[in-house]
Amino acid sequence: MSDHTVIIGAGQAAAQLVTSLRQEGYAGRLTVMGEEPHPPYQRPPLSKAYLSGELPADRLFLKPDAFWEASECHLMLKARVTKVDLSQQHVAYDHGDGRSFDPVPFDRLVFATGSRVRTLPIPGATLPGVHYLRGIADVDGLRPRLTKGKRLVIVGAGYIGLEVAAVAQKLGLTVTVVELAERPLARVATAPLSAFYAAEHARHGVKILTGTAVSGIKAPAHHTLSIETNLGSLPADTVLIGAGILPNVELAQEAGITCHNGIVVDEFGRTSAPNVYAAGDCANLSCPYVPHRLRLESVQNAIDQAKHVALAIAGKPKPYGEVPWFWSDQYDLKLQIAGVTLAGDQTVVRGDMDTRSFAVFALRQGVVVAVEAVNAAPEYMMGRKLIAARARIEPDRLADRAIPMKEML
Amino acid sequence: MAKIKYIEFNGKEHVVDVKNGLSVMEGAVKNLVPGIDADCGGACACATCHVYVDEAFLPMLDGMQEMEKTMLDFAEKVKPNSRLSCQIKVSDALDGLTVRMPESQH
Repeated sequence: MSDHTVIIGAGQAAAQLVTSLRQEGYAGRLTVMGEEPHPPYQRPPLSKAYLSGELPADRLFLKPDAFWEASECHLMLKARVTKVDLSQQHVAYDHGDGRSFDPVPFDRLVFATGSRVRTLPIPGATLPGVHYLRGIADVDGLRPRLTKGKRLVIVGAGYIGLEVAAVAQKLGLTVTVVELAERPLARVATAPLSAFYAAEHARHGVKILTGTAVSGIKAPAHHTLSIETNLGSLPADTVLIGAGILPNVELAQEAGITCHNGIVVDEFGRTSAPNVYAAGDCANLSCPYVPHRLRLESVQNAIDQAKHVALAIAGKPKPYGEVPWFWSDQYDLKLQIAGVTLAGDQTVVRGDMDTRSFAVFALRQGVVVAVEAVNAAPEYMMGRKLIAARARIEPDRLADRAIPMKEML
Repeated sequence: MAKIKYIEFNGKEHVVDVKNGLSVMEGAVKNLVPGIDADCGGACACATCHVYVDEAFLPMLDGMQEMEKTMLDFAEKVKPNSRLSCQIKVSDALDGLTVRMPESQH
């Protein structure tokens, strides 16, 4: 009987798994089970070109329909997995409509379950006009509300919040961002980068209120919302909450698989259960450039972990060691990040922020561990190489733009 | 619409019709042409959609933006006719375009 690999989740990691498994010669049966009605699609444009309307939905999909047949992969959509039974080696699911189905048996299982938005446990968070952004449906619900002259309040100054702020400002809305921390991007970026983005948003007329706690949302009148904070209330027509994401670990946890801030995997993507793997946002991994285990919420990690899981399943295991990378588009600024910024203990700014082309390097005990490059591709591309080489560069040298990046290694 | 010929590193040819407005990268992905990874989906952030463009067509392409130029400057096995295929927009003028893939995108 042929081997059967079942992948739970139909996002970036699942699409890469199918591609890589076939490329690596895996000849078993393949099933992908996704809860959304859509085949795997790109999430990054959701808060950028798809939200602004520049990119149509059909350009979001990662693979053409013919791919699934050509890959001999059974793509099950609107299939919500309800239970993973490791002793029976099968996955129970439904379509959320009361009907029941025979469970899907597996020989190998991959959790590519991704993540979901963190909801805010405050009164009024489910009022009409309060939105989150994670999937196509969320953007389709939000976009019609983003019309010229309306007031948008964004709760959370992370990447999603700031990218939506940039799009909404361009569409002619009045945008206010409230953030609990003392600076935007506090959880994900260095202090100099936060300061730069705060200034850019201010320059475009987006107000960012830091150190501001939201206690609730009220609807004082029809179609009007009021965001209650420790610094007073803010009127809005629409609220977007961008408070981060939570890994989808419950199915794994209930099956007895070790989870700790994500599904714990080793360098080959293997979980604590034999023949069970995890990849992408839902996985907790160790990355050689970061001193502690973590989850990486990025396209790069979904793709690379999926490749490593595919190699492991195909019998050619290779340990994960890629340099993480990430990007964000706001206004005309292209931010490219390599490494994990917060792994550093020192920052070095290269270039003049006023020219809107510069980079912030993060060093840990003198070794380059991350770079945040704004309109600065040489710093980004060479930064990736420096991180991979664990290069030790004198901060003065790194900061000196008279020395080309190519000469740094 | 343009007919584009993609040639894999091993010499295998794929001739496909690509709609105007899509990128040369999207033309490959949508038609199951292997060899172009395009990890970032066309955001000019990863340099994994590197191709070599048929010299005859180089003058017909829009010039490279600074970002693409620099990304290529740091990529592997770059030649004078290297481009990032996510940055080449397809139009009727590109009918008959041939692009070749490098051995690997990483």
